[in-house]
Amino acid sequence: MTASLSLGPAPDVPLSRINPCAQILAAVAVSLALLATLDAVTPAVVVAAELCLLPAAGLTDPRTLLLRTWPLLLGAGTLAVVNVVLGDAGLLGALGIALRVVGLALPGVLLVASTDPVRLADALTVHWRFPPRVAVGSLAALRLVPLLVAEFETVQLARRTRGVEAGRNPVARVRLVAGIAFTLLVGAVRRAGRLATAMDARGFDSGIRRTNARGSVLHARDHLFVAGAVVVAAAAVTTSVLAGTWAPLFVGG
Amino acid sequence: MRHAGRLAWALTGIDLDVAPGERVLVTGASGAGKSTLFAALAGLLDPEAAEVGGELAVDGQPPAGARDRLGLLMQDPDAQLVMTRAGDDVAFGLENAGLPAEVIWPRVDDALAAVGWRYGRDRPTQALSGGEKQRLVLAGALARRPGLLLLDEPTAQLDPAGAAVVREAVARAVVARGTTLLVVDHDAGPWLPLVDRVVEVREGGLVEHPPGWAPVPRAAGLVLPAATAGPARLGAETAGFTYRGTTTPALHPTSLVLRAGTVTAVTGENGTGKSTLALLLAGLRAPTTGAVLAADPLAVRGERRPHRWRAGDLVTRIGTVFQQPEHQFLTGRLRDELELGPLRSGSGSATARARAEELLERLGLAPFADANPFTLSGGQQRRLSVATALATAPAVLVLDEPTFGQDAATWRELVTLLAEQRAAGCAVAAVTHDRDLVEVLADAEVAL
Amino acid sequence: MSVQDRPVTTSRWRTVDIVTTAVLGVAFGVVFILWNLVNSAIALVPPVSGVMNGVYLMPGLVAGLLVRKPGAATFASTLAAAVSLLASPYGGIIVVYGLVQGLGGELGFALTRYRRFGWGTAVLAAVTAGLSTSVLDLVLYYPSVSTWGVKVPYTVLTVLSSVVVAGVLGLLLVRALARTGALSSFASGRSRV
Repeated sequence: MTASLSLGPAPDVPLSRINPCAQILAAVAVSLALLATLDAVTPAVVVAAELCLLPAAGLTDPRTLLLRTWPLLLGAGTLAVVNVVLGDAGLLGALGIALRVVGLALPGVLLVASTDPVRLADALTVHWRFPPRVAVGSLAALRLVPLLVAEFETVQLARRTRGVEAGRNPVARVRLVAGIAFTLLVGAVRRAGRLATAMDARGFDSGIRRTNARGSVLHARDHLFVAGAVVVAAAAVTTSVLAGTWAPLFVGG
Repeated sequence: MRHAGRLAWALTGIDLDVAPGERVLVTGASGAGKSTLFAALAGLLDPEAAEVGGELAVDGQPPAGARDRLGLLMQDPDAQLVMTRAGDDVAFGLENAGLPAEVIWPRVDDALAAVGWRYGRDRPTQALSGGEKQRLVLAGALARRPGLLLLDEPTAQLDPAGAAVVREAVARAVVARGTTLLVVDHDAGPWLPLVDRVVEVREGGLVEHPPGWAPVPRAAGLVLPAATAGPARLGAETAGFTYRGTTTPALHPTSLVLRAGTVTAVTGENGTGKSTLALLLAGLRAPTTGAVLAADPLAVRGERRPHRWRAGDLVTRIGTVFQQPEHQFLTGRLRDELELGPLRSGSGSATARARAEELLERLGLAPFADANPFTLSGGQQRRLSVATALATAPAVLVLDEPTFGQDAATWRELVTLLAEQRAAGCAVAAVTHDRDLVEVLADAEVAL
Repeated sequence: MSVQDRPVTTSRWRTVDIVTTAVLGVAFGVVFILWNLVNSAIALVPPVSGVMNGVYLMPGLVAGLLVRKPGAATFASTLAAAVSLLASPYGGIIVVYGLVQGLGGELGFALTRYRRFGWGTAVLAAVTAGLSTSVLDLVLYYPSVSTWGVKVPYTVLTVLSSVVVAGVLGLLLVRALARTGALSSFASGRSRV
């Protein structure tokens, strides 16, 4: 699981060349189309287009793909079943809902596979005026995650030396994990305080407008990418309307 | 550029003048006020929480105003690094200064060269050793071209190799740029070659030591109770350990025997598996090759392998003290911490309470009986974690770097405590880098 | 001392506020990753699945009660969702969830003018957060289920879960942290409640 916790530099896949801001805008465009309707045709078109991008994000191996997406698929499936059994959606309606879940989720999968948190933060602060101190604070905190994960094991062993372990009892298990989590949280909050001091010592709270050393650039291909997403969204909606299955969300829901 | 500081503590004043380009070491026992001095100079004291009597000036101004002329290096590298790549982290301070990217990157390269960085800008910070992380933090501080470098025990959390890395980086940087240097560290010896002056903070004031001064060795005059070796309690028989998914063993097959009434030191460089061996001896991990076996009197229903014992049984036979005491804290009160072990291993609550009282007294922690363990100082926490291991009167004691980061006074206390345990018949195993500890206390040494 | 602290003299965010809120967000993000797995494994269906939702509302509540500044709940909740995105593929929509959940909690804190941070506010913010997330869920994913049979019980269970887990447990967590001395830079570490 931790293998997919991608905190390292962006993998060098074709999709990495698209600015994260462009990817987000594209996702928004497509999501609007998905959220506007309940039918099955719109999401089908969108999902088809998204699937075409998977190779561009380096996600070609079916096993890795399954590993990354099984909760999503399971969730979509459960959702469909629920809406059929407990609701008044037909099979086609349920399929539409499941596809919608997948359609909303795939852009996120693509983004995670093609960029890293630093690039994302740079893009957001440079292009969209995201508050730089919030972005950097988040990056600093994110850096601590692998350390927390490693500490979990140490603390678990430390518990055993105090006579505390879980064995098979699920309640004891939960209490143990909660106890370890608390110890880790105390450590994390303290470290946050010391880190804040160190950051201030390097001028973080000086009030001077921060610059960005790495920068972020928008190219023509980024604009084309967003345009393409809008086209896909429009095409999905048009297809649905033409097929007569258009079912707007807030009318007669 | 001139620096001057004078702080009033209780009744007496501290007078300290540091001239530009000077290199000063501020030493003294833990708790004497060194860190407060550091915080005051660095402009880190909370005006609401601290009172400063007298005058304190850095570069002619109050410290808070001179902050951007200072470079700080503190103990915990992971609480100072911000970014995931080396170059980005050094650039962080320059971004804060509002410098454009064209100006930033040459300065980053400059700073990295000044500290002797060998890896390039893209090195992930996660992969670095403690010493290299501190080296990187120093580069980040230097990139802002400070006039004064303030260091607060920068090697406290590092092993000797890492500490050497940091001192070398500091020496390099200071020599190259002529930066004024103020190092605060209880361990004076290693810094002596680098500094011009040594001052010591003592209760009531500051003492300036003459050139050629050297600190008293911490083991000087230490008298420890004698002990005689008894029967074997725990042994490793060609025990080795390889982490799942890796091919190189973390610990090569090693054999040793822990006897009652002896202290065995486990030494070796980083990466030789000392801490792994400690985990095996403590019954926290099962060896992947060979075996770790307890002597028959310690066996639990015939089972001689400690890793198979229930935690409640383990606690009365093998006591373990981790490198970081905080990892072992479970409750919100010292008293409860000490009672926990006995309670978990089946003692009645009256027995447990009595035992806790005894240990509190013995270790000088009685005034803190109701305090939260996290609020104690480092030395007190260390004593507490040793006390909790002793609460269940185990036959074997396994310690991982027990003297890490301790000042001379606490060091002596701990060594004495361990010697007393040895005299009482305990079999002690200490994984350590500390040569002083080995020389003074160890009856046997296992070098990995 | 009473529950009410001296009013916050400045709502300017110090570095320690930013970093601590971020650390809370990130820590809960990791918790989310694990909780998402539990959720997938148990695969409860609405309305019962409402009881699992309390955990997702924790970062907002805990950050709001700990840091006590406007925006803390939103920041922590959104960041937690973003972090959970790294290893749980529910997609970009999860960030919208984090944002909405954070804002929901924020509303509760805003209703008490960011002055009170005791049990009343904790429960209030938990209720507003629970409502915000159940409304979002029902609109997005369960549009065609029956109102009284599913939608209302789902909302009720989500709000209850939020109150118990995010509100009560969240406040207890903040107080436990305060007792360890880790919150000495915050008003929540100094108030004698």
